[in-house]
Amino acid sequence: MDDPVRRMAFTRRALLLGAGMATTGGLLAGRMAWLAVFQGENYQLKAQENRVQNRLIPPRRGWIVDRHGKPIAMNRPDYRLELRPAEIEDLDATLIAVRGVINLDLAEEARIRDDVATQPSFMPVVVRQNLSWAEFSACNVRLTTLPGVTPVQSFSRFYPEGEHFAHVVGYVGAPTPEQYKAEKNPLLIYPGFRIGKDGIERFADKRLRGTAGASRVEVTARGELVRELGTRADAPGETLKLTIDRDLQDYAARRLGDNSASVIVIDCVTGDVLCMVSMPAYDPNIFSRRVPAKLWNSLQEDDHTPLLNKSAMGLYPPGSTFKMVTTLAALEAGVDPGESVGCSGAYRLGSNTWHCHARRGHGGVNMHRALPLSCDTYFYAMGRRVGIDAIARMARRLGLGQEYDLPLPGQAGGIVPDKAWKMRRYGPDTRKGGWREGETLNASIGQGYIVTNPLQLAVMTARLASGRAVEPRLFADESKRPPEFPSLGIPETHLALVRQGMIDVVNARYGTAPAARSAIPDVMIAGKTGTAQVRRISMAERRRGVIRNEALPWKQRDHALFVAFAPTDAPRYACSVIVEHGIAGGRYAAPIARDVLGFLFEPGRALAVLPPIEAEAARRRAERQAAETAASIAVERREMMPSWLRIDIRPPQFEIADPDAPQPPREPE
Amino acid sequence: MDLLNGPWQRELARLPWTVVVLVCAIAGFGLVVLYSAAGGSLEPWALKQGVRFAVFLLGALALALVPPERWLALAWPIYLTLLIALVGVELVGAVRGGSQRWLDLGFMQFQPSEMMKLAIVLVLARYYQYVPKGYESRAQVLIPALALIAIPVGLVMLQPDLGTALSIMFGGVVVLFLAGVRLWLFGTAAAAVGALLPIAWTMLHEYQRKRVLIFLDPESDPRGAGYHITQSKIAIGSGGLTGKGFLNGTQSHLDYLPELHTDFAFATMAEEWGLVGGLFVIVMYGLVLVWGLRTAVNARTQFQRLLALGLMATLFFYLAINMMMVMGLAPVVGIPLPLISWGGSAMMTVMILLGLVMGIARANRPRLD
Repeated sequence: MDDPVRRMAFTRRALLLGAGMATTGGLLAGRMAWLAVFQGENYQLKAQENRVQNRLIPPRRGWIVDRHGKPIAMNRPDYRLELRPAEIEDLDATLIAVRGVINLDLAEEARIRDDVATQPSFMPVVVRQNLSWAEFSACNVRLTTLPGVTPVQSFSRFYPEGEHFAHVVGYVGAPTPEQYKAEKNPLLIYPGFRIGKDGIERFADKRLRGTAGASRVEVTARGELVRELGTRADAPGETLKLTIDRDLQDYAARRLGDNSASVIVIDCVTGDVLCMVSMPAYDPNIFSRRVPAKLWNSLQEDDHTPLLNKSAMGLYPPGSTFKMVTTLAALEAGVDPGESVGCSGAYRLGSNTWHCHARRGHGGVNMHRALPLSCDTYFYAMGRRVGIDAIARMARRLGLGQEYDLPLPGQAGGIVPDKAWKMRRYGPDTRKGGWREGETLNASIGQGYIVTNPLQLAVMTARLASGRAVEPRLFADESKRPPEFPSLGIPETHLALVRQGMIDVVNARYGTAPAARSAIPDVMIAGKTGTAQVRRISMAERRRGVIRNEALPWKQRDHALFVAFAPTDAPRYACSVIVEHGIAGGRYAAPIARDVLGFLFEPGRALAVLPPIEAEAARRRAERQAAETAASIAVERREMMPSWLRIDIRPPQFEIADPDAPQPPREPE
Repeated sequence: MDLLNGPWQRELARLPWTVVVLVCAIAGFGLVVLYSAAGGSLEPWALKQGVRFAVFLLGALALALVPPERWLALAWPIYLTLLIALVGVELVGAVRGGSQRWLDLGFMQFQPSEMMKLAIVLVLARYYQYVPKGYESRAQVLIPALALIAIPVGLVMLQPDLGTALSIMFGGVVVLFLAGVRLWLFGTAAAAVGALLPIAWTMLHEYQRKRVLIFLDPESDPRGAGYHITQSKIAIGSGGLTGKGFLNGTQSHLDYLPELHTDFAFATMAEEWGLVGGLFVIVMYGLVLVWGLRTAVNARTQFQRLLALGLMATLFFYLAINMMMVMGLAPVVGIPLPLISWGGSAMMTVMILLGLVMGIARANRPRLD
């Protein structure tokens, strides 16, 4: 039954099929050779990319130290518990297990759940930072079997002196998504990595940051680590040396008590900023973690502005501390120092009267007595004679109205007004018109448009004391020699006259600041008081009698200012003190300057004055705390009240003095 | 019962032992691959697979002792039983809801579509055995033959199991081709399929469409559905000429390669043994196929010829589709590499297939005595 024809036909077809199979086999072999041999390197690379992962080792942040090498910002070991959402199957069960080891309160748990829900799942979520050693070891022992939960040891920023350095050094925090987008640095999304957010931490962030290391690890497709293949160590950030003297800064901060104040000390020769305190401040240790909303709100609402660096960002009318500028401008204009101006307590210009702080007047005042007496009338007369532009030029030469090259974000430039400035500011023919003579009178005693920050006042004093164009600096560069500053170009006789005036302010019988007289026998202090008014005194009030500062609410009291340098024979340190709403420069700011400068010469004696001040500050802080608590309870009660029962008691609104208005008489300084 | 009474020791000696050795070599190599895929361990795959292979080999040798005429007689009953089983699977699936491929027989799970791959060849060989020369392409002959193919293919497509359906269709069409159906008919059919492709596209399931799309451009979704093909190509490509060495595969051991012990076992092998290992597998299977071709050409009846070569073509289909899939030449369809991939049902099919062809070879061996 086997038909040979059929057989032949089958064989033909079979061979055809066989040929097809062979072709396919050849094709497969060729394809495989193509993949493995010709594309082999490419695929080997890809397999390598699959297998090997580069893991970042974040660098340790550089330290910030003071001029003697004492740490201001450092790193300390920080233990935390992390949770990787990608590896967790049951978040609830995991959290229950975690709660068995460390206490998690409801708010923390809510935050963790929130983070898990919002972050990409490969990003670890911090369960708890700052674990104690006991907690950390408990986690290590009891949570190792829990998938997705890992105890991690890292470093966190630590500021040993806390709030005393908050405004200079700033703090660190997690980078924002915008920063990552701008920089594209994978370090910025490394969990727990911090960058500088304020002050020097922010300004010098690149130097402090260091460079990340990397470790090459073999991982499975699920990201589990198999073994480490090699590591490149990280390079920690630079150590930054500041010109600040840590002990002096601490002392100044403590000496300020609970005042809202700023103290700056500058080396007149090198420009080193030895101390730059703005109090009250915040604790950068807390800011470098998460700031609790409640703390943040209370800091923001605090009328002592703890979030503002008053030293560089606060702007105040310089008041009488500006009179040295007017004096120098008058001398440069050729005014005879011996020329006397009669002070009757008031100075008339047109139909307006400008008052001197001494209601009965100083009688005849010449340039030698004008500064110690702080006679406003003398400076009205001199200012009017030399004109605003000459005063403004001198102010700028002494460093006012400008920003310095300092690593501080957001320095305030202040205003040194002159005719051109007013033209720019208000336009050529508005209601205000051009520059008016009354404004010159205000400017010549440091009121009106003129505003400065405490740092500028300190620089001004340093320039007066040294006669050189001192530029402040915060970084102590060991490599560079102390800079030689050019001379200001003011004749030494002029400067000597001003310095003698400042010596007399403190040391003469009739000076306004006997409180600043140095307790150290062979170190004399020279200075100038200033009391800057923040409210307008109306004619009606003047008729009734001006309300004493102490009787006013805190916000309406005058600012107390004091600038000083010491020692008088060879000036070395210049200092400026501003006590916000401190009533009177001579009485309240001058002793602070005296003590701070005294600390530089005899620390022991200066420290002795602290206990009563600190006790008083603690008492007032406790009082404020109690008042705040009571207020918050009252607010809560009020919120619970039905709306028709609520009586809105608003704080009274005060108008700010028109800078153009004549200056009312002030209390004697 | 000539199986028991007959001189079966003599018949045993007439078995094609060279092929048995070849098959053992392939399966042995497969066990080595599975041993490595388990991270250098006999558990959970290599040992079980080895035992299974031994059992199936004995079964295949036993089948090889059955005279081919017996299969001629049983062709229709086997085909019809499997058709009923396929319908049964559909019914059970409809009752339980969802896709259903298995029939639970209590002692084992039975996949009728798998056996249908063999039965379709068997029944068509039986059908064309009695078609006289010159009548193969006549409509009255061709239409019933096409119906024999279309019914099981349709039932399997309903499961839905595209890979198996294509496999059954391939087996059937190859038998038609070998039986002498005119070539222009195949050309016309291919053209028609090409024209109908867009319509078929709309009938595919979403996941099937996705597989095809990803096959066309695997890099479009390297982390998602294109992951399989991309990782498989990386595994094969990174193996290079001689591979990374036994137990040194990274793609497989670090879990980048999915299904490393089943459908992608070839990639697991190629990563560690390189092009050399791949060529070894291809050549070994090539030798088996050549032997099958020779057996078919030398067979005495049209039934035996068609059966032998049809079954060999089915084996070829397994190999070609699987290798093309792992090398990125075909879409991902769930077809394992016979004797190397882990899994019992594919191995059983292939061993039965080999048993049948060995039986034909034995029957046609010139008697030496």
